[in-house]
Amino acid sequence: MPHINLDNDLPGIRGLLSFRPETAGPMGQLANILLRDDEGISRAERELIATHVSYLNDCFYCHTSHGATACQYLDGDKAMVDQVRKDYRNAPISEKLKSLITIAASVQKSGKAVTPEQIDDARRHGASDREIHDTVLIAAAFCMFNRYVDGLAANTPTDLASYDARGRQIAEKGYGNHIFSTPQPVSI
Amino acid sequence: MAHIDLGNELPGIRGPMAYRPETARPLNALAEILLRDDNNTLSRGERELIGTYVSSLNDCFFCQNVHGGLAQHYLGCDMPFIDAVKRDPVSTPISDKLKTLLSIAASVQKGGKNVRPEQIEAARQEGATDREIHDTVLIAAAFCMYNRYVDGLATWAPQDRQFYIDRAPIRAAEGYIDFDLYK
Repeated sequence: MPHINLDNDLPGIRGLLSFRPETAGPMGQLANILLRDDEGISRAERELIATHVSYLNDCFYCHTSHGATACQYLDGDKAMVDQVRKDYRNAPISEKLKSLITIAASVQKSGKAVTPEQIDDARRHGASDREIHDTVLIAAAFCMFNRYVDGLAANTPTDLASYDARGRQIAEKGYGNHIFSTPQPVSI
Repeated sequence: MAHIDLGNELPGIRGPMAYRPETARPLNALAEILLRDDNNTLSRGERELIGTYVSSLNDCFFCQNVHGGLAQHYLGCDMPFIDAVKRDPVSTPISDKLKTLLSIAASVQKGGKNVRPEQIEAARQEGATDREIHDTVLIAAAFCMYNRYVDGLATWAPQDRQFYIDRAPIRAAEGYIDFDLYK
């Protein structure tokens, strides 16, 4: 049960966003730019970075949700997404994405944990400054989203199929206030 | 030197914000609502103090001085007072309600799951509303983002703390949305 009375029983962050729509606006815009920008790293790669950071932060709702969205972009490859959660270095992803996830994992610990060697390594694998920027900010933003969700003990659905339905909704329509102001997607 | 070429010499978060204005807009809009919007029963000074405290726990020099300067400006206190709150809020003459909210913020800084029902209950007993608890958690969470953004890109920060004190009244007047990043 959430720490505060949200006056709704929406899942995860959606319940919190609905409680305080004023702050929901900019958070939805930030997620849309960071996770759906088509310049540089792909939508799937962006969601995988978010999934790994959320997994490190032990936020079940977020890593399951963003893993499900990543899956939508990856032809339903759940095994691969799960490997990125737990063992990205051996996952079948590019060396560039591995080097970016390494930076993201440092950001999860602390901004100061990012080393020049990690940045050089990402550059060697072809990462641009903007991709490094977006990786750092995605990781930082999920250190916010994860704490928001768990810090208020948001509802965490146990029906795993519901995450797939929400992942499909996000892949199709993106982030934004529609995720709490319109009826929740139904699992199929 | 910053980890990436930001194309500008701006200090702290202003460097990456000028580099990537698309993400700067929602980042600033969020700060404005959380820290400065007057449709809030927590004062601007109290909210800036929460941001300062979390930035101090995250060891982010730039953020704790920017927001410490703003808290000092709004609360009409001095720098030693702000530093005392950063060291040990319980020993300072802030309200008991704010002490309970800072305790929640410190737990959020460690990880969301660290917030315990007893801390929420203590805040309620001191009169905190659900929305105040919500905003405290989100301010603390947001600073875990801003702090990592600033330090994760290794931005530079002026070391003279007076720099931040001098700028605080300007930021307080202009807010976080309609200002020139280059000034």
